[in-house]
Amino acid sequence: MYDISGYYEAETVAEATALLAKNPNLRLIAGGTDVLIKMHSGQIADAELLSLRKIKSLNTIRKAEDGTIVIGAMATFTKVFNDPILREMIPILTEAAISMGGPQIRNIATIGGNVCNGATSADSASSLFALNAQLKLEGHQGERLVPIRKFYLGPGKVALQPGEILTEILIAPDDYQGFGGQYIKFAMREAMDIATLAVAVVCKLQAKTFAEVRIGLGVAGPTPLRCLEAEEYAKGQEISAQTVAEIGKLAVNSAKARTSWRASKDYREHLVEELVQRALKKAIVNAGGEELV
Amino acid sequence: MFKRIAFSVNAKAFNFEVDIRESLLEMLRRLGYTGTKKGCGVGECGACSVLIDGMPFDSCLYLAVWADGKQITTIEGVAAKNGELSVVQKAFVDEGAVQCGFCTPGLVLTTTALVESGQDYTRDELKRELSGHLCRCTGYQSILKAAEISLQEHSCSCVDSPHHKQPAAKIEER
Repeated sequence: MYDISGYYEAETVAEATALLAKNPNLRLIAGGTDVLIKMHSGQIADAELLSLRKIKSLNTIRKAEDGTIVIGAMATFTKVFNDPILREMIPILTEAAISMGGPQIRNIATIGGNVCNGATSADSASSLFALNAQLKLEGHQGERLVPIRKFYLGPGKVALQPGEILTEILIAPDDYQGFGGQYIKFAMREAMDIATLAVAVVCKLQAKTFAEVRIGLGVAGPTPLRCLEAEEYAKGQEISAQTVAEIGKLAVNSAKARTSWRASKDYREHLVEELVQRALKKAIVNAGGEELV
Repeated sequence: MFKRIAFSVNAKAFNFEVDIRESLLEMLRRLGYTGTKKGCGVGECGACSVLIDGMPFDSCLYLAVWADGKQITTIEGVAAKNGELSVVQKAFVDEGAVQCGFCTPGLVLTTTALVESGQDYTRDELKRELSGHLCRCTGYQSILKAAEISLQEHSCSCVDSPHHKQPAAKIEER
C-alpha cells in the first residue's frame, strides 16, 4: 500500500487548478513513475494526490498554424517516440524518449512529469534545452510561459509556483526549422538505465559556416544546462574538425560536473568534450552539411 | 478512502470499491491473479507486468483506482479457456525459455502484446521491447528466441522489410 491520504481526479485543467487553489497541499501525479517510487522509498509520505490522468486535452501533440510544436504535458514517452510530427521535425526529442527506461515505463511516464521532477538526468531535458522549449504553466489566476532554462532551479527544484500545472511544452519554429540535431545518451546499459551523461546538439548551417549551434547537457551539473560559451564561439565559424574540437573543449567550461557513484567529475568532463564533438559532427550531416573526416 | 471502479480482468467484469492506497499489483493478487509477481516494486524488473488495454505496464507502479474503465489481461488469461496454450506460451515451452519462472508471466504478456500489435520487429527492436524485464536466471537467449518464434508468422520477407535486411547484416558481422 502506498502512503496516500487523499485522492482527487480532475477531468479538465480548469477543474485541476480550482482544486489546487482550494487545497495547496495537493501533490500532482501524472504517470506516477517518479511520485510512486518516492512514496515507495519514504521520501513522500501521507500524500494527498491530484491525478491529471483523466485530463484528455493534455495528451495531444500538434503543430500549430504558425509552426510551433505543442506537446501536451501528459503525452507519454511512447506517444512522443511514435509521433510522426516529432519524428520528422525534432528527432532529438524522440531519440531521447526511446532511451528512457523500458517499454512499460515509457507507456505511462509523461514528458511533463519528467520535466517537473526536476532531475538533471531527465532524459527529455537536454533535448528540450537545446530546442529552447517554452513551458506553459497554468494556475487558477491565469497562465504564463517560462523558458525551460529558467524552469530548473536546482536538483529536484523547478519554478512551478503553488497552484500551477505544467500543461504544454512549446517549441517555436525559429528554434527547430532549418536545424539538424543529434542526441547521445551515455549509460552503462542500453535500456533501463540512468544517463551518465546526455548530450543534445542542434545546429544550423550557412554555406560553410555555423549560423547557430545549441548544446544541451544532462547530468553535467545539478540541473540540465546549456553550453553558452561554446555556442557563442561557434557562431559564424567555419565548419571544420578544428572548430568542432574547440567547441567540445569550450563546452566543458559550462559543465558543472561532480563525482557520483556513476562516474567521476574528470570522466564526465571527458565525456562532455568527446560526446559534444560526436553529436555535433552528426548534427552537421543531419543539417545538410558534409561529413567531417 | 475508497473509490468505486469498474474494470475487467481477462474479460471478467468487476465493479467494487478499492482502497486508494492500493497498487494494481496488490489488487490483482488479492483477487487471486497471483501469476502477476511482485519483484522490485519500483518498475525495474517487469515481473508484475500486465496488459492494460493491450499494452504492457508495471502493475506495481499503477494505482488500482487507475484501472477504472480498463481491460486488464494477466497471465491467467493468455491460454484458451480449454487450457490450450497460446502461440507465445508454446514458443516459451518449446525453447525452454523458462527457468525459475518468476519473469515468465511478464515476458509472455509483453510478447503477446507484440504479437497482437501485428507489427514487424527487428531483432534489435525486439530486444528493446523486452528490455523492461529482468531474468535473474539470465536465460535471455532462449527468451529472445521464443519471442522471435512467436512473431515468426508476422515477419514478412519483402525486400524493404527489416526481417529481410537482418540476415544480410548478420553475415556482414561475421
